[in-house]
Amino acid sequence: MAEALLEIAGLVKRFGGLLATDNLHLAVRAGEIHAVIGPNGAGKTTLVAQLQGELKPDAGTIRFAGADVTRLKPHQRAVRGIARSFQITSIFPDMSALDNVALAVQAHAGHSFGMWRSAATEAALRTPALAALEQVGLAERGHSVAAHLAHGEQRQLELAMALATRPQLLLLDEPMAGMGKEDAERMVRLIGGLKGSHTVLLVEHDMDAVFALADQITVLVYGRVLATGTPAAIRANAEVRRAYLGDEVAP
Amino acid sequence: MTATSRRIVLRALVLWGGLALLLVLPPAAALADQPFYLTLVTRMLIFAIAALSLDLILGYGAMVSFGHAAYLGVGAYAVGILAYHGVNAAWIQWPVAIVASALVAALIGLVSLRTSGVYFIMITLAFAQMLYFLGISLKIYGGDDGLTINARTDFGGVIDLASNVVLYYLVLAVLLGFLLLGQRLIASRFGMVIRGAKSNERRMRALGFPTVRYRLVAFVIAGTMCGVAGVLLANLTNFTSPAYMHWTRSGELMVMVILGGMGSLIGPIFGAFALLALEEVLSSYTQHWQFILGPVLILIVLFAKRGIYGLLGAARESAAAGPPAAGPPHG
Ligand SMILES: Nc1ncnc2c1ncn2[C@@H]1O[C@H](COP(=O)(O)OP(=O)(O)OP(=O)(O)O)[C@@H](O)[C@H]1O
Ligand SMILES: [Mg+2]
Repeated sequence: MAEALLEIAGLVKRFGGLLATDNLHLAVRAGEIHAVIGPNGAGKTTLVAQLQGELKPDAGTIRFAGADVTRLKPHQRAVRGIARSFQITSIFPDMSALDNVALAVQAHAGHSFGMWRSAATEAALRTPALAALEQVGLAERGHSVAAHLAHGEQRQLELAMALATRPQLLLLDEPMAGMGKEDAERMVRLIGGLKGSHTVLLVEHDMDAVFALADQITVLVYGRVLATGTPAAIRANAEVRRAYLGDEVAP
Repeated sequence: MTATSRRIVLRALVLWGGLALLLVLPPAAALADQPFYLTLVTRMLIFAIAALSLDLILGYGAMVSFGHAAYLGVGAYAVGILAYHGVNAAWIQWPVAIVASALVAALIGLVSLRTSGVYFIMITLAFAQMLYFLGISLKIYGGDDGLTINARTDFGGVIDLASNVVLYYLVLAVLLGFLLLGQRLIASRFGMVIRGAKSNERRMRALGFPTVRYRLVAFVIAGTMCGVAGVLLANLTNFTSPAYMHWTRSGELMVMVILGGMGSLIGPIFGAFALLALEEVLSSYTQHWQFILGPVLILIVLFAKRGIYGLLGAARESAAAGPPAAGPPHG
């Protein structure tokens, strides 16, 4: 078996007395969609934040693409190919949708100390930005101010920004949160379309989406891995059903 | 004609008309035998340069530097101290002033940009006050009383600054040059990073931008531009003094930016003119003009939220409207 793209070993994160991440081990292979599920407060967002670099773990290591990235800052990890979409939408509300994505492209197109040429006319930024907007179905909305987009569109925009950085690993924290049925279905199709070409760590509460998309599922409870396996194995796991799934996905 | 296009025409009229007036002011002042106005407007232009430089970081980068007058002082003292030692040559004075302000800005920026919010305001203020007291303690250079400069910067006969008219046009040229530079910078890749970091710094980091590095460079550029304003101020007044760096000066620069219209580069020019004109008019009526100025400023800011330039319908028409993105319900 090839080495995993992402390997987490012995990860620990404490908030005061609370163990938000409890000796966590996890491996994500390149090209797979790996879902992380668990009840509210299980530590899913805390895990994502440590993978992206915003939170520093108290112990443990994170290896990404064969290198130890545990001590790297968020921007350094981003440059290495880790992209995150936040549980609470995080965009540039005062800029146009296209500018939002163009900035994402710019982050991975060399340094940004150019001070004379107008960024708005740089094809090297605008063309890939438009392509990413198209990919998520927002091509028509490029010139709208991001704050004026509907909630579902803003979630799509955030995904477009993540994709525009051409990431090796996408950390998606509840991309369907707060979405209507139609938007959520579109998002599922979108993420499904990334399979094979992108590696995705997907945090999601919508079990239909998770079981439709995931190659692997990890169940997190109180910061600990309760079980990891294929969707079929997780569905059959008695402990998981007792702790989390309940009757929701009765076979 | 629609309201928007009327505003665009009005704006163009004001801007180009204003520029034309500025260009013909020296001969007009000479004809009317009112040299005082030449000095006053030169002073306004110099403060416009300083305010514009502050707007670059305050308006576009949300870096609330409450010590921006420090660079006015650094530029002015570079000229004053060199002149005191008999060095008047422009090719020495200007580079020394520029390098000195850049270095001071880099130092202050390195420390202050580690913080944000109120801490940033306080640290930039503290640094500027330190420089103010340093100026007072420099007894050989006049200390508290300031330092008189005997001769203006010497451009070797190309530009004769001894003439107030020549100085005026030099100041105007610097302002227009910086305005052009600033506008290019804001629209460039670099400008996008500065604006992005203002809009959502967390997102910028997650995208891969080392935001502090870019902010520091912007901070140094703004400080250096203000240092040049200091050089010009010393030349205008033939004088430099710690008062140039006092925190009230920094406050005035901030008022100019906000009054004129933050985040527009042109607005602060209006702000500088308006504030200095108000001071001039009010101080001719009463000694206690500051008590009148305060409320007047509050009224203007209340009724023209985007400043004087905002009244002309300028500055980020598209982006200004609408609430910020609302987050979805948590969990
Ligand atoms: N910065 C923080 N300081 C203190 N406690 C925190 C902090 N962030 C998270 N926690 C706590 O850590 C635990 C895990 O939180 P986390 O946000 O990772 O859960 P989650 O699995 O993402 O939940 P949800 O499904 O509601 O998004 C919770 O008990 C939370 O209250
Ligand atoms: Mg969460």
